[in-house]
Order: sequence, then structure tokens, then C-alpha cells
Amino acid sequence: MESININQSIAKNAQFIEEIGIESGQPVQKCYQCGKCTAGCPVAFAMDYTPNQVIRMVQLGMKEELLKSETIWICASCSTCSTRCPCEVEIAHVMETLRIMAGRSGTAPAGKAKYVEVMYDALLGTVEKYGRTYEVGLVLNNNLKSGKLFNGADMGLPMFQKGKLQLMPSKVQGAAEIARIFAEVRKMEGGVK
Amino acid sequence: MRYAYFPGCSYHGTGKEYEASTHAVAKKLGMELVTIPDWSCCGATAAHGKSHLLNVALPARNLAIAEGMGIGEVTTGCAACYQQLANANKRMTENQEIRDKVNKVTGKEYKGTLKVKSLVEAIGSIDPEQIKAQVVKPLSGLKVAAYYGCLLVRPPEITGFDDPENPMFMDNMMKLAGAEALDWAHKTECCGASLGVSNLGIAVKMINKILKAAVEKGADCMVVACPFCHLNLDWHQKSVNKQLGTTYDMPVFYFTELLGLAMGVSPDELGLKTHFTDTQKVLSLVG
Repeated sequence: MESININQSIAKNAQFIEEIGIESGQPVQKCYQCGKCTAGCPVAFAMDYTPNQVIRMVQLGMKEELLKSETIWICASCSTCSTRCPCEVEIAHVMETLRIMAGRSGTAPAGKAKYVEVMYDALLGTVEKYGRTYEVGLVLNNNLKSGKLFNGADMGLPMFQKGKLQLMPSKVQGAAEIARIFAEVRKMEGGVK
Repeated sequence: MRYAYFPGCSYHGTGKEYEASTHAVAKKLGMELVTIPDWSCCGATAAHGKSHLLNVALPARNLAIAEGMGIGEVTTGCAACYQQLANANKRMTENQEIRDKVNKVTGKEYKGTLKVKSLVEAIGSIDPEQIKAQVVKPLSGLKVAAYYGCLLVRPPEITGFDDPENPMFMDNMMKLAGAEALDWAHKTECCGASLGVSNLGIAVKMINKILKAAVEKGADCMVVACPFCHLNLDWHQKSVNKQLGTTYDMPVFYFTELLGLAMGVSPDELGLKTHFTDTQKVLSLVG
């Protein structure tokens, strides 16, 4: 990480700190860095910043670093941190909020984070089209967009043999209602591709 | 017991054994599961990473339809669907402003009168004597590690029916089925969920820890209550073995499959033949 001037960062990003608090509804200012969130986090080993570092970075207004971090996408939303936090900060919800803010700000996730966003879009793409998640379409879309063409390719045949491969999507009758939900959300807040 | 039932998108794909065994067990216990007409995706593992509003609106459509059924309680087997429905329900019943906004997005009015229960809670709350009365083939001697994962028990503000650190609902049901429920450390450790699709290299390390803990406790098998946990622990056991050089051969069941087996439902009807890790050794253990 590059060195930063903390005083300047706080002043410059005061609005960001407030925004995170309001949007996530979480008392991020209460965190006193006990580290319990990171100690219990099952995916901390794969993160660029640990959960307690993320909360400290929020307190310090390090917006740019946070929005482009891999951590906010790698977080599996298991809520172990949220359940254990002695200050009752739902850290997983803060991560989620940061992820949504990154999407809104157009910050493209890099590295491992990119694959998470691609998967989200592939999944929601099938939901918008059919009203339900279509597993085959999800994997195909995911592979095309992530460039990992043969990701899960070894699953295809065994899944088919076990009768678990649903070749055709199951489409809801109210597909227009689902399209409406996506359209309304885009109109009201953006963030959904 | 009558429930508005939400099958979830994996119900006839990767999670089809869960669907089959759920209906078989419900029938034995006199639970009526009435499928929510034209139900749609709850937002799954993706909506919460894209938009707070979409994340509530997608499950809300189902809540609005379910409310119109006049049943009062909704249940679903999938832990992620449960979390999504329960979260939307909590946000919409507690906050009028959110409710109005979401109703405007869905174009359907949800008044906020429902109670959302996971299938684990719904079955686990039945009188133990009633469950025991249906057990005709006790799973004697079978050592089971009950794995709850994340979304079924966390965060407790949304779930709340069981202990988030040491949940017991499935353990208790396994005991009623005649099995031995193991006290083990990784009941609620995350399996990586959709990281199994997006970043398998990370997920295999998480899955490995869980399988290792179950093996060390001497488990004959594991039970789960989530199609994604099942996919990761059953199918990706092979990926763990391949990538980390392990030799796991741990059968992973839905809790409803083992309950059904103890209640005398045939393995075929329960879907026990469509697992990726061989279930035969457990079937021979319990006769």
C-alpha cells in the first residue's frame, strides 16, 4: 500500500465516511480494532485487506483504496464477523455496501474480485430473463465473460448423468413482472448492469 | 401444519434430492407444503452485491404472492432462499418507508403479515414424539456431523431460531432418527458458497477445513440444509482431493434424506443414488 496522509484523507472523504454509515446503517465509528472479525473470518486468507483493516479504512476515509480492493468482493457474506462483533457492527453488511458503492462508482474489480462480479452479473442476467436462476446459462455466461472457458466443464457430463442438468430454463409466467423490478431499480438507483 | 412453500431455483437441478426428500418427509409428518404460485428467484447470492433495493424487491414479489394465499407461514429448504426471504420480510415489516418503496418496485402490495421459517426450523419444531413415531428404521450407530453453514443461522437478527455458534436443530433431528450427532467444531464455518463458481481455488481451501474437521471426529457422513453447501461439499470434494492431494470419501446428505431413510422411504425416492460421493457405505451401515 502507498503511504497516505491520514488527516487529509479524513477531511477529503468526510462525506464518504458519513455515507457508509447511513447506507449500511452500521455504527462503523464504534470499532476499536479488537480484530475478532478477522480472527473468525473463513476467507481472510484470500483477502488483500482483512475485515478489521477494512473498517479502519472506512474510519479513515480511504475511499479509493476500499472501492478497488478485492476484499469487498471476496467476502462470502457468511456474517461470522457480524455475529461476533462486540460493537455490533454488521461488518458483512458494510462489505456489501462497499461492493454496491464500487459498482455505482464504476470501479472495475480486479483480480479475483473480477470473477465474483462476473458471476453476479451472469446469475442476475438469467433471473432478469427467465425470473429464475438458470444454472446452465449462468455457468456458460460466467465462463464467456470471465474468460475461464472451461470452468466447471468437468461437471457437465456427471451432472447430466445424474439428471441434475436442467437443459432448458424454467421461465416464470410473470416474467414481465421481474423485468419491471429490474427496470424500476435501475431507474431509482442504478448499480445493476 | 400448512406452509406456503418456496422451492428455490435449484429444486430440479443441483438440489433435486433436497426437493424430493423434503416432500417425502413432509408427507410422513403431515406437513402440507403449498407451492407459492409462479414463484421467482429470491436474488440468490448475487442481488445483495449489486443493489440494496433489488435485494429486497426480488424476494418481496414472492412474499406478496404468498401473503395472498392466506396461509400465514412460508417455508423453504434452501438456506440462501430462507435468508433472502427472511431478510426482506424483516426489512419490510419493520420499516414502512422501505415497504412502500419496494411495493412500488414490485407493483404488488406486501402488507408484512407473514412469518418466514427455514425448513430446518419448521420440521425441527414438530413435537419430537411425532417425529419418533414415524421412525421405523433407526439409523443406529451412524455418526453424523451436522453442518449448518452460514445463512441458516446468521446473522441472528434475521434468522434467530437456533444458536448462531452452536446450532442444535439438525443434531436433535438426527438423534430422533436414531443416529449419533457428533459434537464438532465446524458446524457453522462457511463453505465458500458461490466462490465455488467464481474462485474455486479459494473455495477448496474452505471446503477442505470442514471435511477435515468432520473426518477427525470420526463422522460416517455429514448432513446439510442448503443446495450450495451440498454442491460444494459433495461435488467439490473431488476438486479438493485433486487440488490439495487429499483422499476424502465423505457422503453428504440433506437432513431430509436421512430423516426419510429412517422413516422407511426408499433410497430411490429420496434421491440417494444421484450424489457424487458414494452413499452406499452409509446405506449398508444402516441396513
